[in-house]
Amino acid sequence: MASAVSAIFILDLKGKVLISRNYRGDIPMSAVEKFLPLVLEAEEDSQAPAPCFTDDGINYLYIRHNNLFLLAITRKNSNATTVMLFLHTIAEVLTEYFKELEEESIRDNFVIIYELLDEMMDFGYPQTTESKILQEYITQDAYKLEVQVRPPMAVTNAVSWRSEGIRYRKNEVFLDVVESVNLLVNANGNVLRSEILGAVKMKVFLSGMPELRLGLNDKVMFESTGRSPTKGKSIEMEDVKFHQCVRLSKFENDRTISFIPPDGEFDLMTYRLNTQVKPLIWVEALVENYTGSRVEYLIRAKAQFKRRSSANNVEIHIPVPEDADSPKFRSGIGSVQYVPEKSCVIWKIKQFQGGKEFSMRAHFGLPSVKNLEDADKRPPMSIKFEIPYFTTSGIQVRYLKIQERSGYAALPWVRYITQNGDYQMRMPDSIKASKMAPI
Amino acid sequence: MDSFKPKFFATSTKGENAELLVDLNSEYRDRRKDAVKRVIANMTVGKDVSSLFPQVVKNMQTEDLEMKKLVYLYLMNYAKSNPDLVILAVNTFVKDTDHVNPLIRALAIRTMGCIRVDKILDHLCEPLRKCLGDDNPYVRKTAAICVAKLWDLDQERAIENGFVTMLQDLISDSTPMVVANAVTALAEMQESSATKDVFVVNVAIMNKMLAALNECTEWGQIAILTSLAEYKPLDSKEAENICERVVPRLQHANGSVVLSAIRVIMMYMRYIKSEEFIKGLIKKMSPPLVTLLASAPEVQYVSLRNINLILQKRPDILQNDVRVFFCKYNDPPYVKREKLEIMIKLCNEKNIDQLLSELKEYASEVDVDFVRKAVHAIGRCAIMIDEASERCVNVLLDLINTKVNYVVQEAIIVIKDIFRKYPKRYEAIIPTLCQNLDSLDEPEAKGSLIWIIGEYAERIENADELIENFLETFLEENSQVQLQLLTATVKLFLKKPSQSQEIVHRVLQTATQEIDNPDTRDRAYVYWRLLSTDPQAAKAVVLSEKPPISAESSSNRISPGLMDELINNISTLASVYHKPPTAFMGNKAFSADAVRKAAVADARDEEQITGETMDSPSGGAPAAKNAMADLLDLDFGSSEPAYTSPPISSSKPVSNNGPNYSADLFDMSADMPSNTGVFGGMNNMGGMSGMGGMGGMGGMGGMGGMGGMGGMGGMGGMSNPPAQHPAPAADPFGNLGTFGAPPQQQKPATTQSSTVNDLLDLF
Repeated sequence: MASAVSAIFILDLKGKVLISRNYRGDIPMSAVEKFLPLVLEAEEDSQAPAPCFTDDGINYLYIRHNNLFLLAITRKNSNATTVMLFLHTIAEVLTEYFKELEEESIRDNFVIIYELLDEMMDFGYPQTTESKILQEYITQDAYKLEVQVRPPMAVTNAVSWRSEGIRYRKNEVFLDVVESVNLLVNANGNVLRSEILGAVKMKVFLSGMPELRLGLNDKVMFESTGRSPTKGKSIEMEDVKFHQCVRLSKFENDRTISFIPPDGEFDLMTYRLNTQVKPLIWVEALVENYTGSRVEYLIRAKAQFKRRSSANNVEIHIPVPEDADSPKFRSGIGSVQYVPEKSCVIWKIKQFQGGKEFSMRAHFGLPSVKNLEDADKRPPMSIKFEIPYFTTSGIQVRYLKIQERSGYAALPWVRYITQNGDYQMRMPDSIKASKMAPI
Repeated sequence: MDSFKPKFFATSTKGENAELLVDLNSEYRDRRKDAVKRVIANMTVGKDVSSLFPQVVKNMQTEDLEMKKLVYLYLMNYAKSNPDLVILAVNTFVKDTDHVNPLIRALAIRTMGCIRVDKILDHLCEPLRKCLGDDNPYVRKTAAICVAKLWDLDQERAIENGFVTMLQDLISDSTPMVVANAVTALAEMQESSATKDVFVVNVAIMNKMLAALNECTEWGQIAILTSLAEYKPLDSKEAENICERVVPRLQHANGSVVLSAIRVIMMYMRYIKSEEFIKGLIKKMSPPLVTLLASAPEVQYVSLRNINLILQKRPDILQNDVRVFFCKYNDPPYVKREKLEIMIKLCNEKNIDQLLSELKEYASEVDVDFVRKAVHAIGRCAIMIDEASERCVNVLLDLINTKVNYVVQEAIIVIKDIFRKYPKRYEAIIPTLCQNLDSLDEPEAKGSLIWIIGEYAERIENADELIENFLETFLEENSQVQLQLLTATVKLFLKKPSQSQEIVHRVLQTATQEIDNPDTRDRAYVYWRLLSTDPQAAKAVVLSEKPPISAESSSNRISPGLMDELINNISTLASVYHKPPTAFMGNKAFSADAVRKAAVADARDEEQITGETMDSPSGGAPAAKNAMADLLDLDFGSSEPAYTSPPISSSKPVSNNGPNYSADLFDMSADMPSNTGVFGGMNNMGGMSGMGGMGGMGGMGGMGGMGGMGGMGGMGGMSNPPAQHPAPAADPFGNLGTFGAPPQQQKPATTQSSTVNDLLDLF
């Protein structure tokens, strides 16, 4: 049951090891040589290789990050979820250290990566992985180390994510409530899946060890306390996940969100709602195919939210055949662009006011020789947008109470924004048309 | 550091190590440090720098933390290759464990534990004892793990020095991270301890762990939850209380904390009597499981494999959430595959329409493997939900009309299963299927269509032509197809004797004379004999009503015993592979006990599959293995675990498609009713073994083939060279004599008869 990992490797896509750390010495490090051949072999069998597999008593667990593999090997029945998340954590921490995690940054920083790998895992068990705390005692500025660094108290404290003695002249907190809408609509216009993934992101610039309490218009809380919201509606979150600073048992008891925040930026909580909401931006496509010689698209987009809101930087990506040529467009608003390398047309609308509806026509020529193999690839349309000052769920921050021993007053700032997540609409089949109005 | 950067990976000149040697001995600190960095850089790219050991170690005694870390790193890598020189480092190590800076104390004890050389161990114990009692929690938490390192190398030394007791005391430490590491170390030691008394989770320990749970880092929480699952609650009430303390973890952002909590809850549910409470728990588990699907794809994959298990154990979970498993266009293939599995598991009358239109959509994607799985899934839905079977069949017909080759083939394969589940219901579609005859090039699809033709021969006007058509290439076909053709021809003959006497004769003759594959040949003999002895009996055997295949038939169904073990292993690799840990754990040397256990678990597992259904072509093979296991009394000569050595592998002359075809013997009907005049009752003995037996029985009872049967588990019959079979004369029906007496009278001595009975039971 022990979740220990024997060794960790970072490899390039050719399977060359860039850096590695042997934690337990129970597997020869040469085991890594079999990794890529095994992955490729699985790929050849047309079976998409799974991110973990076993061979000859050795288990390989890996993730892809940019052009790198992060690989862990173990002989034991390790906790696969932990290992996968730990590999992702390594990628995150290294990215925070070096901005970009790639072959070059690994070569340039091998000393510090060894230090980090040593600190983040011991004998195959994850230890301290909070990058802000790590940065306090594992730094790149080797020359400053004349003064000996010590392990920050936070490493072993109950509050392992915040150090003491932080000071700000101006105490401020920024709260961003960001909701991403995941939507899947089939070719007949039926909504298959619609879900909201919300996140409360914080930027905290507070001195000392402040105690924070966040109040939301959470339906379950109102119900359990017997109160009703003073104004507006309350919302029902299906699942809530908190940053490790939030006291979970307190939330379980009375739904209060209380915590000592880390310093700087972090995601305080994420939540999920499965409510069927009217899709914010609705796109309909009509595809007409002229016996394989040309194809025409009629795209209609509608903003189905309140008039006083508007969506910014709307992008509608419409897939077209890979071999399409000689594009012609006509649109009522925005700009249209053909991106052959992605085989799609992008219709960009800077500002799309609620309640409005626009349409766009696109026309392509098709080569007379048809490549049958590609004919079946039918990616969906995808839509990008941002709607500021608006949340789909109706979530509201009712209060953010900040208390610190020194008794300073701090200002919370709250912003709301809704944006697209996986927002996809499947393309309808093209209809064989005989004639259509010319562009 | 930046100023040196370009040099670290400079291409090697001839005397690089010599150059480094000079620099390592330099009187300038900066130069020495630069040299150490270059040594480490060389080590990183795999160059051998072990010869510099003494010079590098000399630099260990420094106040420069970075330099110290580099030397330590070097030591960890090369101590093994220079065990005698390690002693040079011991003094500095011991001194460092006494350093004023806790960071260095911890670093020293951590590194000493990683140097797996006996000489170090002698000097490790005293510093370790000090560090376990250090004032600084950072040092203590590092020392706690170090005890596990020592244990791994020398258990006795760890016990003698009282480290186990000290570690147990650390569970009461005031710092949560120390508690978590003590729990981690103890749990690992318990696993490898002979006496299993290192870490027994009792009420007191459980309470301490629960207290630390709230304040640990995420990884610490996982360690504690993992050990919490080891505790056996005294009664239902206690289990409920612990679950209540664990439930808040479901809200943690770390998916592994969530899954570890779910593991504890799933295990404790076994003790909880209150249905109400269990319902509440299940309700609380569903949303976090769904949220796991928003993680990185690799984490999603692990989660989906676990959800698959949890769903089989608790089918009431996620009942209304099938939509969340719909595939996104850009999901990686391995995620799509797992989502598909779960969709089928969640399929019910309410969501079937939605699901069908979704599956149809997937069937038009580009990934061939995924498309086939989607088509297959439609068939499984049809078999699961009677009311929806017609809709499923219609979707499959739509797909066949696309004429996309692999879609058509997969559709025909699943339609065969649908025909078996609902005999006579969808005959009307046979003509459509037959239109695609020419496009079939895969053995399984071909075999399926041939089976359908044979089964419905009386309804298909030109059945004889169709079969004739296939027979043109009889000798070139894969053995799976040959077997199906053989059976279909015999069916055709029994149903329409007038049209097909010539065909059947020709086929049997070809199969017995020109085919080397013992399965095909022996089956032909069996049919021939059957037809010549007693056509009525042949009818009863070949055309007997087959039990319909049942709904939940997926070949990856897991037995209750294995299921419980996998639930105990939620979130681990075992839960991802759906295999017990013993099946893939590194230890090559399997204990006899482990093999036996695994074999039994597996046999139980297989029994379930074969007991319920024969829909998959491999269905028969496990039964054969099962039988083998019984016959051989688990005496496996090889070091492989039981389930990896299918019995078939011991007989050479079989075709190369392995266990697959055995199910097709005798028309895939291992479960025929017992009214078959000639051969008596039957159970689900393996087709393979049965065939071996038949070869001996039917053709040459006394030919020595039988002799091998007791020991070989039925393989003996098969290994006879074909030449020993008496060649049938021209007219099979007049040639009874060649075949000797009926099988019943040929039964060998009593010691073998039980085996043979079992084998014969196949029919």
